[in-house]
Amino acid sequence: MVEARVLEERLIQMYRQGHGYFWIGGPGEEAFNVALGLLMKKGQGLDHDYLHGHYRQSATLLALGEDPIGALRQMKNTASDPYSGGRNFAGHFSKREWNIVPITSPIEVQYAMAPGTALAQKRHGGDGITIVTGGDAGTAEGDFATCLVWSSRPGNELPILIVVTHNQWGISTAAATQQGAKAIADRGKAFGMQTRTIDGNDPIASYLELQKAMGYVRKERRPFLLEANVSRLYGHSSASGANFVNVEQDCIVEFEKKLEAHGVLTRAEMDQVRTRWTEEIAAKARQVRDEPLPEASSIWKHVYAEDR
Amino acid sequence: MASMAQAIRLALHYAEEHLGVTDVFGEDVGAPLGGVFTATQGLKTAWNSPLDERGIIGCAMGLALAGQRPVAEIQFCDYIFNTIDLLKLAGNTTWACNGDWNVPMVVRTPVGSGIRGSIYHSHSFDATMTHIPGWKIVIPSTPLDAYGLLLSACQDQNPVMVLEPKALLRMKGEELIPGEPGDDRVLSKMIDAPLGDRSKWKPQWPELQPYTVPFGKGKRVREGTDLTVVSYGRTLPLSVKAAQALEGDGISAEVIDLRSLWPYDWEMIRESVKKTGRVLYVNEDTEVTNFGEHLVRRTVEELFYELLAPPRLLAGKFLPGIGLADPLEMASVPQLGDITEAMRALAREQP
Repeated sequence: MVEARVLEERLIQMYRQGHGYFWIGGPGEEAFNVALGLLMKKGQGLDHDYLHGHYRQSATLLALGEDPIGALRQMKNTASDPYSGGRNFAGHFSKREWNIVPITSPIEVQYAMAPGTALAQKRHGGDGITIVTGGDAGTAEGDFATCLVWSSRPGNELPILIVVTHNQWGISTAAATQQGAKAIADRGKAFGMQTRTIDGNDPIASYLELQKAMGYVRKERRPFLLEANVSRLYGHSSASGANFVNVEQDCIVEFEKKLEAHGVLTRAEMDQVRTRWTEEIAAKARQVRDEPLPEASSIWKHVYAEDR
Repeated sequence: MASMAQAIRLALHYAEEHLGVTDVFGEDVGAPLGGVFTATQGLKTAWNSPLDERGIIGCAMGLALAGQRPVAEIQFCDYIFNTIDLLKLAGNTTWACNGDWNVPMVVRTPVGSGIRGSIYHSHSFDATMTHIPGWKIVIPSTPLDAYGLLLSACQDQNPVMVLEPKALLRMKGEELIPGEPGDDRVLSKMIDAPLGDRSKWKPQWPELQPYTVPFGKGKRVREGTDLTVVSYGRTLPLSVKAAQALEGDGISAEVIDLRSLWPYDWEMIRESVKKTGRVLYVNEDTEVTNFGEHLVRRTVEELFYELLAPPRLLAGKFLPGIGLADPLEMASVPQLGDITEAMRALAREQP
């Protein structure tokens, strides 16, 4: 969680210092996203979990074991950016080796695609599942309804965990002014789905609830709709300033209080953790600063896939 | 000879048997109907989807990402427009992730006028589709080309859009599909579903042979010396008929079936225009920002000094729709008479 927070704060700093054009990311979703990454069955192909993620998910990638330098490279849009070769915004991960489907800027399309990987996994058998995540604002799009319909076709229910991280905002628009459903998770009930709304700011609760939900999907090969209430600690993106929001719950502060109260870690030890990640990620950022941008002539690469 | 709908069915059967096609799906694609044009009857991997075009394209993308080989159908291209950002996404996925993933999926959709389909069953999609990079886009005008292009599509590593001219889907070809029995009635008995109860029916597939039409290769359907006509889809056979009619007037027209819109066979167009000095592009999509306009632009830029007359485009009128009544449809998209007159005028045009 701390690594992810430090990474995101470094990305914001890079944006401010002119080492990137745009920042968008996930500070405030670490508690939930780390738990998700820890519970994913990592690897390539149908026997492993597919993640159709969204752009606030750096913590999931780090929890899976990803080196944070990739995110720094994408921020700096260097040729070495492992997710897009300098083509895409920060937080737009892609890693075929781990079934991480390319993250895109549209907020809803992943919900339309995810039933496809889940259908392939349903046929294949085993315990690999599909996980799709998005924000609350994106559930207003038709693709969310598509996901509910296609995941619950009678006799063809899919092994898919449908996640909504609910941060109460769509850029500057409050969720409560746009959607009348009491809980987004309730929409799954009409489709006969298991559903749950959880405190996504609590890493332990998130872990336990995700473990249950993922266990159900893995074993029963049926869909589960999970809504996790989270925070958005630096606003929507750099377009809205990326300033710290002090009125929302900070999952790291809360968790640190608990760890201290239970005598698991002392304040000094926790400060040390933060210092270590800050230094390590600062060093990686320095390394990335001098890496070259992609060649102009590279625009024609990968318009089409070569035969594999 | 097989109709284009039968040829598509045969190609998909070959592809599910030999090319690893895992899913042929869309609205009414599976049993009992097998597609509103019967193009998917009796296929073992065919299944019915919810009535949700975005779901169909999205699911095809997910299947492709998961290593399957889906062939999705949008029942009429008039209903594909709400999927355009997913088509864009399918086309940009490989590029956006710098080659990490690829999306080997095929989408088929009937296009164009000719069945009195009024406002929502007559639209074309070539102009819009050729604005979306990252796809290969084909449009056959004969059953054998439909077979060959589909076999290529089902082996490609990229998204492929197959536009099926609905006016030609029921037309029989002049060439046999490799492996097709010579007698139409025999073929029909083998692979056409019976009327009434089909629950126990199973097709008897002929022993089909592979035959591919490569992307980016046009077909010179007719040789000529006075002008070149480049067309595809419904207007292609009309262009050939027009060329035949003009022969009596001493006009010799060369006709090229483009077949593949992206990539397309510029080499074939260039050679022909260098020979004739006159070129008419014919298609039926609306004429403003039409694919034919791109071809006209390229002709002007690259072949200007070879030309004896301005390159011309004959396309659909820029109207919100194609009206149902016969005179309305006839007046909205190119018909035989329009093509013949446009060719005659171009052949005779003098500075």
